[in-house]
Amino acid sequence: MVALTDPAGELTEAEAPRSRLARARRLHLWLALLLIAVALASLTVGATGVQLWDVARSLARGEELSRMERVVLMDIRLPRLVMGLAVGAALAVSGAVMQGLFRNPLADPGIVGVSAGAGLGAILAIVLGTLLPPALLGFAGAHLVPLAAFLGGWVSTILLYRVATRRGHTSVATMLLAGIALGALAGAVSGVLVYMADDSQLRDLTFWGLGSLAGASWTKLAAALPIILVTVAGASFLGRSLNALALGEATAAHIGIPVQRMKRLAILCVAGATGAAVAVSGGIGFVGIVVPHLLRLASGPDHRALLINSALLGAALLVVADMISRVIVAPAELPIGIVTAVLGAPVFLWILLRQRGVVDL
Amino acid sequence: MKRRSFHALALSTAAYLALGGLGAALLPAEAARGEADTLAIGGSLTEIVYALGQEHRLLARDTTSTYPPEAEALPDVGYMRALSPEGVLSVNPDLILSEEGAGPPETLEVLEEAAIPFITVPGGFDADAVAAKIRAVGEALDVPEAASTLAEEVSAEIETASAEAQAAADTPKRVLFVLSAQGGRLMGGGDNTGAGAIIEMAGGINALAGVEGYKPLSDEAVTAAAPDVILMMDREGDHAASAEELFALPALAVTPAAETGALIKMDGLKLLGFGPRTGAAVAELAQALYGG
Repeated sequence: MVALTDPAGELTEAEAPRSRLARARRLHLWLALLLIAVALASLTVGATGVQLWDVARSLARGEELSRMERVVLMDIRLPRLVMGLAVGAALAVSGAVMQGLFRNPLADPGIVGVSAGAGLGAILAIVLGTLLPPALLGFAGAHLVPLAAFLGGWVSTILLYRVATRRGHTSVATMLLAGIALGALAGAVSGVLVYMADDSQLRDLTFWGLGSLAGASWTKLAAALPIILVTVAGASFLGRSLNALALGEATAAHIGIPVQRMKRLAILCVAGATGAAVAVSGGIGFVGIVVPHLLRLASGPDHRALLINSALLGAALLVVADMISRVIVAPAELPIGIVTAVLGAPVFLWILLRQRGVVDL
Repeated sequence: MKRRSFHALALSTAAYLALGGLGAALLPAEAARGEADTLAIGGSLTEIVYALGQEHRLLARDTTSTYPPEAEALPDVGYMRALSPEGVLSVNPDLILSEEGAGPPETLEVLEEAAIPFITVPGGFDADAVAAKIRAVGEALDVPEAASTLAEEVSAEIETASAEAQAAADTPKRVLFVLSAQGGRLMGGGDNTGAGAIIEMAGGINALAGVEGYKPLSDEAVTAAAPDVILMMDREGDHAASAEELFALPALAVTPAAETGALIKMDGLKLLGFGPRTGAAVAELAQALYGG
């Protein structure tokens, strides 16, 4: 997650002085260290009294771990930590890429209907999953919902692309409108399903919509992690192109940026990362908007540093939010979407207030 | 650079310690354990454990376990369909008794991995099902004789209450169970629900017979169901809707129930839990429907 190479783009843009970029790059180190601290803390914090120190000590003495220690660390906290890191990075980077692509600081994967499509997939699986023939159900079983969410995310991306692309040219404005339509459509179908759902399914839907990393397991990670890794790594190479795009598509093309190809790559990365993240963790909001924003405030808008910083800070933020959700009502658990909303919404409002009159939104 | 690295390192160490300390501070203190070794998931099972006099075995409960009141002092592991794996492990149970439908599946997988015995007690909506539940709990807690006695008592009580209710119901009333009336949209209980079963036991006719499960109802469906009585759960939130507000809804305004203002409110767990209090619930509902 952390070992992303930073493609050194030659300075083609005059917008960011070198020293500012260097400062933004120095943030990499700070954020990476923060991430390591947060990760260690997350392994040692939880409802059970299992402590990382004790485990490390008994390992050093060559003692066997108790069954409890092994299950808590290996089957609960570690997969959750990895999932938190992956989902946080995926959401934050997707947000940063979208904002660069649409040249709008309020863009978010939710805006192009990818999240809505993924959500629709999940709802379909929750409500109609019980109608499947038992043989199929046995095969898909517990992983039906994430699988369906992922498929929903991909299908909506392909649809969007078909609608917005004419003769190899992708229109961002058309895509934005198509995304809104797609979101409305997904919302309508979800509404029908909610109407059909019974009491217990409704509760499942509610919990799914609030998001949670509680379902973290190695099986789920095996499906989602490769996709997230590939797409987040792919997105980190978009820095230079996104900087150029800030000057407008025509200008970027004159500079020699392959605009169409780069837009396609960006959309694929966002769809993959968001689809996979929504699939394994449900609806987690605000990460994609708040993280890139804070970083832009801290160290400027240069995407060459911003994308990697977003991945680091997004991962750290989500792991912290997950820790809070795990202990605040222990032994029960608060859905993480509530925590990110409580942390994120005020920050988001504060950003809006700051920007009023500065940026025309 | 050196100094900066040192600063960053100091900062991250501080972050680690602060977060760890925060986590420790938020956690509830270890409770005294004694003989307690069981986690009960599902309100009716918790009630049964108390009715068997085995409450000293209870370590923790889920959100639906609200009776008897002293059960609420036990740690709450959350809603039964959204259990946190580490939360469940943290109460350190040697046995988990659960109603059907606990989840999510990932949590159950982890519990299986941790080798904690997990007993799912089958549910059902009649006297036999309640008796079977009680026997299963007794078996799990190693008090089969007490459970057998209690099961016979409880099922006999349900049968008696039901027979008395049928006798009292010379003209059976049509009863509509309203699960919620959020924003004027009614959610009703049809066939194969605890609500439908208990209405029939108490000598009523489920006004939504033919509808499967709990379903949101269109206004016309409510009117067509023509209930003589509305039955609701007595709890906070929109369930505290007064009879006046409820019968002002267009869907209900033209029903026979609105003319007489017939609204019965009962404790949700008592009414729908199918546990030791089901006999009393049938009697209470019949009394409310048909008087002494």
